[in-house]
Amino acid sequence: MENYIVEMLNITKIFPGIIANDDITLKLKKGEIHALLGENGAGKSTLMSVLFGLYQPEKGEIRKNGEIVKINNPNDANALGIGMVHQHFKLVEIFTVLENIILGVEPNKMGFLQKKEAREKVVELSERYGLMVNPDALIEEITVGMQQRVEILKMLYRDNEILIFDEPTAVLTPQEIKELLQIMKGFAKEGKSILFITHKLNEIMEVADRCTVLRKGKYIGTVDVKDTTKEELSKMMVGRDISFSVDKEENKPGEIVLSVKNLSVASKIHKNNAVKNVSFHVRRGEIVCLAGIDGNGQTEFVNALTGLDKVSSGSIALCGKDITKAPIRQRSVMGMSHIPEDRHKHGLVLDYKLEENLVLQRYWQPEFQKGGFIKFDAVRKYAENLIENYDIRSGQGPITLARSMSGGNQQKAIIAREIDKEHELLVAVQPTRGLDVGAIEYVHKQLVARRDAGKAVFLVSLELEEVMNVSDRILVMYEGEIVGELDPKTTTVQELGLYMSGAKRDMVKEINDAG
Amino acid sequence: MQDKNSSYNKNRFDLKSITHTSGFSSFTSALMAIFLGLIFGFIVMLVAMPENSLAGFQYVVFGGLNRIGDVFYFATPILMTGLAVGFAFKMGLFNIGASGQYTMGMFFAIYVGFMWDLPSNIHWIVAILAGMLGGMIWGFIPGIFKAILNVNEVITSIMFNYIGMYLVDMIIQGSSVMYISTKTRTNYLPASVQIPSLGISGSNVNFGIIFAIVIGIILYIVLQKTTFGYELKATGFNKHASEYAGMKGKTNIIITMIIAGGLAGLGGAFAILAPSAIAGSSMTYEPINIIAANGFNGIAVALLGNSHPIGIIFSSVFISHIQRGGTLASLVGYKPEIIDVVIAVIIYFSAFAMIMNSALARFIKKRVDKKHAAMETKEGEAVQSDLDEVSDNGREEAE
Repeated sequence: MENYIVEMLNITKIFPGIIANDDITLKLKKGEIHALLGENGAGKSTLMSVLFGLYQPEKGEIRKNGEIVKINNPNDANALGIGMVHQHFKLVEIFTVLENIILGVEPNKMGFLQKKEAREKVVELSERYGLMVNPDALIEEITVGMQQRVEILKMLYRDNEILIFDEPTAVLTPQEIKELLQIMKGFAKEGKSILFITHKLNEIMEVADRCTVLRKGKYIGTVDVKDTTKEELSKMMVGRDISFSVDKEENKPGEIVLSVKNLSVASKIHKNNAVKNVSFHVRRGEIVCLAGIDGNGQTEFVNALTGLDKVSSGSIALCGKDITKAPIRQRSVMGMSHIPEDRHKHGLVLDYKLEENLVLQRYWQPEFQKGGFIKFDAVRKYAENLIENYDIRSGQGPITLARSMSGGNQQKAIIAREIDKEHELLVAVQPTRGLDVGAIEYVHKQLVARRDAGKAVFLVSLELEEVMNVSDRILVMYEGEIVGELDPKTTTVQELGLYMSGAKRDMVKEINDAG
Repeated sequence: MQDKNSSYNKNRFDLKSITHTSGFSSFTSALMAIFLGLIFGFIVMLVAMPENSLAGFQYVVFGGLNRIGDVFYFATPILMTGLAVGFAFKMGLFNIGASGQYTMGMFFAIYVGFMWDLPSNIHWIVAILAGMLGGMIWGFIPGIFKAILNVNEVITSIMFNYIGMYLVDMIIQGSSVMYISTKTRTNYLPASVQIPSLGISGSNVNFGIIFAIVIGIILYIVLQKTTFGYELKATGFNKHASEYAGMKGKTNIIITMIIAGGLAGLGGAFAILAPSAIAGSSMTYEPINIIAANGFNGIAVALLGNSHPIGIIFSSVFISHIQRGGTLASLVGYKPEIIDVVIAVIIYFSAFAMIMNSALARFIKKRVDKKHAAMETKEGEAVQSDLDEVSDNGREEAE
């Protein structure tokens, strides 16, 4: 009989229309790092929410140290020593680090806050585990990596011994990821038990002791990480073989399609420019990737490029014609397709049907309207065509509400719409964000296919692996400037990481000349 | 086994087709709102005057049937203001200024009625069009503020309710042609400017209701079938996506507010230009510094009709119906305010019932799914393909 600290036995959780967790068993040993692997919608987050008391399972039981426990809410979970770092941090932006850490368990005397006591404990914890934070900084002013450290300190402050990390590395730089993984190992050594949700196989291979795989709400298996391989894990996760490298031939760059000169864009948050004096070209038949850590001006740059925001100085030209001040519709007509960063905010009208979303860029063209009336039969036909060609899966075909589709298929719909529209330049902003490996593979294939069809592709990505595998040329953006241009064939992930974190930079002038 | 499986699929399909049509769910929620509202209304009547409550309630529910002409007559202006609110709401604009637009439309119609001397076969038509123009102007101003300066349309249109009302009252009181100060009301309008009656004896119902219904149907077509409607709804659902797709959001805001204002203005014109059952008289307006209630009733009508033009046609008739019934309830001693309470409750529940309705649907679905979940474990792979499809749909919820 092995010694398990937490056992989740035969957990079944049903949501309307879907069984999110179907008879899942997960056993966590004391002092181990246990990875939970699965595609989007596999039920990982649901399972962890059950453990954290956010959901009540329909069936099954949870045991701690062999005894059955009932976890009705996160407070119960906390009392049992279970803490969780959520994928989207739960921090009060306008509070300080210290205030956030003690939130909910404030030490007080007769209702008066005892901050000094709390501060001592926080400082002691942060030194012991190497989680450097400034207790008096406001959350809104610190980096994402530091915010995560605050979340971790929150768990430690509450003396939690079972730590759940929900996709903690998605928002971090390579260096930060490395640090985090070290910290996790340190916790495990101290006897804390860690549940680590992720779909990044490299990280599992690096830190996890064991790994439980879920697929479509079902339990697939638990394996010892040292006895398995990446390929095997991915096959368990997806149910088929997945190729990790992107197959592509040597690119043949042609004429310049997009030309950006000395572009600056004002920031909406502070007084300085968010994008500073950026210049580069994108040619036919090449994928140029703008890499960088989130929040270094990529969003502002893309908004200016696609016409969502104004440019403060500099110029943009598409196929030789100036579009610096052109309205969005005109850019679209001139050949710019745009896969937006936020598919729910910009990419789709979620309350529209799939077919209505598929003509979002084209409903006004003669093909789909006559005298101001939309030709719905033409729309239907076109939608059915795209659905078949791009393998967009949904409950009811063209009349499915976009809202009810899975994230991967929503993205497929946007890609189909933007690629099928006549275009010379494809701007793809984090096109694989939140997608599982199968869908990522699909998106990458489509991008390479566009390139091979002689289009220019401008990719903005935060994922290092994607940057290295897909692009023909890498531009690194740091604090609104392009600090380096790299060739993915000759550079390393480490070097790229140094540029992204601002530790290394080339002279901007050189890049301008090279571009 | 095979039979069981197919019945399972069928069952699921039926449930989906019922609970997933938005038309059906808004219809049921409106019915539920009315039902709950009536029950609560009955309780209010019971408390107010127990001995006559049954008779009074009967008047409220069925009284309007005996006055069908009046029901349609009083439905006309609130149908128009309801459309004015609902249409703007489709674009995500809360046009609380229907009252001001309504008053403006009424004033423009009155002005043409008194000041312009036109042949009787076109006088009333010109007056109606003038009313529409008046409302359009009063919709245009908040629209342009919203589009260009991003001033919240709720604030501007509330201010314009007051500005419009005081302005109209001032102008009317200052005109000896339009105003009879001894009776604190406008003069009788000439017969040539009154809308032809539909000839139902004892009521003022006129061609206005037919125009209003036709306008409602036209709006439905505009919203459902045209590129303008497509843009308008897209903007209402997701402003950012419409901008991303290159739609001209600012222009559309202005156009929408002009149309909404025009609709409310038409409501004002239809109300004031209605023929009077008493020969030689007409409808009159009392400039007594009160904001037109029909504008606010339009918000209620639009809510109950779920902002859907066809829904608004029915909800306006219904609200008019219980209003008529409510006035009849005074025959057994009820104050007319009671009926306002009942209507208010119905509106309250119309928002509430949307939630109730979806909760009910979820509850039914959950039960059915649970039953099938038990079945699936027995049947194993047999229903796997179906499950896949469903999990695709429910994925977002699960994550």
